[in-house]
Amino acid sequence: MIEPSVYVHGLEWTTKELFTYPNEFIYWSVQIVMYPYMTGLVAGAFVLSSLYHVFGQKDLKDMARFSLVFSLALLPVAAMPLLLHLQQPLRALHPLFTPHFTSAISAFGIVFSTYGLIVLSEIWFVYRKHFVEQVHALKGKKGAGLKRLVFMVLTLGAMDTSEEALAKDKRAVSIMAAVGIPVACFLHGYAGFIFGSVKANALWMSPLMPVIFIMSAVVSGIALCMLTYIVIMEFKKIKAAIAKGMGDESVQEIKGVEMDVIGKATRYLITFLVAAISLEILDLIFRGYTAMKSWDILRSVMYGKDFVNIFILQYGLGNLVPFIMLLWPKRTLRRVAIATLLILFGVFMMRWNVVIGGQAFSLSFAGFMHYHLPIIPHNLETFKEGLGGVLLVMVTPYVLFWIINKFTPSIGEATGKA
Amino acid sequence: MSKKCSRRNFIKKSIAGAVAAGLPLSAFKLLAPGEARAALKESNLRWAFLVDTRKCVGCGFCVKACKKENEVPYDVPVTRTWVERYVVTRDGRTHIDSPMGGRDGFTYKRIREEEIPDSEITKAFFVPKLCNQCQNPACVQVCPVGATYQTTDGVVLVDRTWCIGCGYCIMACPYGVRFFHPVHKVAEKCTFCYHRITKGLKTACVDACPFGARRIGNIKDENDPVTKTILTERVAVLKDEYGTKPHVFYLGLDERVR
Repeated sequence: MIEPSVYVHGLEWTTKELFTYPNEFIYWSVQIVMYPYMTGLVAGAFVLSSLYHVFGQKDLKDMARFSLVFSLALLPVAAMPLLLHLQQPLRALHPLFTPHFTSAISAFGIVFSTYGLIVLSEIWFVYRKHFVEQVHALKGKKGAGLKRLVFMVLTLGAMDTSEEALAKDKRAVSIMAAVGIPVACFLHGYAGFIFGSVKANALWMSPLMPVIFIMSAVVSGIALCMLTYIVIMEFKKIKAAIAKGMGDESVQEIKGVEMDVIGKATRYLITFLVAAISLEILDLIFRGYTAMKSWDILRSVMYGKDFVNIFILQYGLGNLVPFIMLLWPKRTLRRVAIATLLILFGVFMMRWNVVIGGQAFSLSFAGFMHYHLPIIPHNLETFKEGLGGVLLVMVTPYVLFWIINKFTPSIGEATGKA
Repeated sequence: MSKKCSRRNFIKKSIAGAVAAGLPLSAFKLLAPGEARAALKESNLRWAFLVDTRKCVGCGFCVKACKKENEVPYDVPVTRTWVERYVVTRDGRTHIDSPMGGRDGFTYKRIREEEIPDSEITKAFFVPKLCNQCQNPACVQVCPVGATYQTTDGVVLVDRTWCIGCGYCIMACPYGVRFFHPVHKVAEKCTFCYHRITKGLKTACVDACPFGARRIGNIKDENDPVTKTILTERVAVLKDEYGTKPHVFYLGLDERVR
């Protein structure tokens, strides 16, 4: 009998088939699927906002502010899966204190904090005027003392809102947005490098991995921003309509989703989607054509064990179907919403098929491993690395966004400014 | 008045200060005299292992001894060393198994539900496995905190007090020798019984092997019997295509061994 204090990581959710080495288990489970998925969303959301700030895509203005703030809300969540995955979570800061620079992971803290600083400062420059306005507006108001204090702190003492000062802010925003693009790509490309550089893993090892990750990251980021934007704007529309129906005079016009914003974002979404799929297919063809030693087992995983996951769910339902839905004439809002949802699912499946699929076969090439996601947790491990942990990671950005948005309104009424 | 505290000066100095504060203390590591000598001069000790697969009978004594010596819980499937059984049949198939790492020996003919008749078997043999203590270890390269490291005498160790348990080293090892310790919850691996070999003892598995299938020696010493065998006999290593330069050498290794 195994004592309760003895815990073999991976034993609970791994089943083995044929011959695998005794120590082989699915060590990198669903949280390591979530990690590149979340960083991808962060990077993608930021790139979308930069399209407006740097390349002056005016139609994206409405969405640019939202995706920037949303990118900040997603940022801490990108590190969350790692914390939930670490066997020694209390040592999570060690990579910052004693970085071992031959490891791709050691760069995480540096890249992540650089990126965080860029996002924070860009948001600050975008919202500085708003902060100052709030400080003035809340002056003398009863019960708003604390709120005013928070805004005071947020201005960092820069109260100048002259034309000249605001012009400077604007310039700073474009610089930050421009610097942010390569950093966002690096943040995510390096997540691809973590996998792509593992020479022991036949499925992961590929120099294309970082590029594939960046492309699919942008795809997922744009899709999530579009979807959230649609949902929030529609919700506001319904709320306004109800208020108007109940006789609220202050509701003048019911403003919903701008279809041309969606149109523009869709065009970028499709472009990056085509790039991502092309690279993935190239990788697949290349592996089949060169047919190295590992191809036999890779083929049996891709065309056999994981066929449904890869070709039906990822490429079919997650890529091809939404691709057709978005290109089909007479685009409707509902169709776009469903398509973006499918794309998000498709990118998730891509991460799944890389991370879990990469551990679906033994290093001996003589056997297979299957992953069973723990649904109902019975201890901390099965919660952290099970459905519970996944849901926690998925919900947190929305909670954070709700809080952050209280100070930096990025959707609806305030979007007319700046 | 060039030294005044202008904005430019202030920023310059702040950046310099931040860089200085940010430099990891490890950049200024103090070396003990012995360490410094070892780092400067090539060490004259490099541990290497020799496995004679023709002598292994699959008794599993090595696995038992290892688990006890190194306090890896006895009844869990993970293990620092293990023995694989290979059975090749007339139809060209290779049947491989290693239940519980071969801990209890191979006392039955069944391989995973499959009963293989003797008349079908063309050859069969056992292959003990352990950490290859690579010269170019992928696991050490990928550790984000430097918790796993290579000693000057070629053994790769894990610092249990510093490992964060990310599992990157487990993923990076092409030989599957690493796992999470079921009690300490950090990366765990074969150390060639470093606590023993540095005191002049043999490893637990070498001592436990009744047939001399496992031997350890210093590959830098030409007079070492293990080194003599490696230099004069035809030896092979596992998975040399990964460029890790493994230091566990095998006699009588079959091409089917994975």
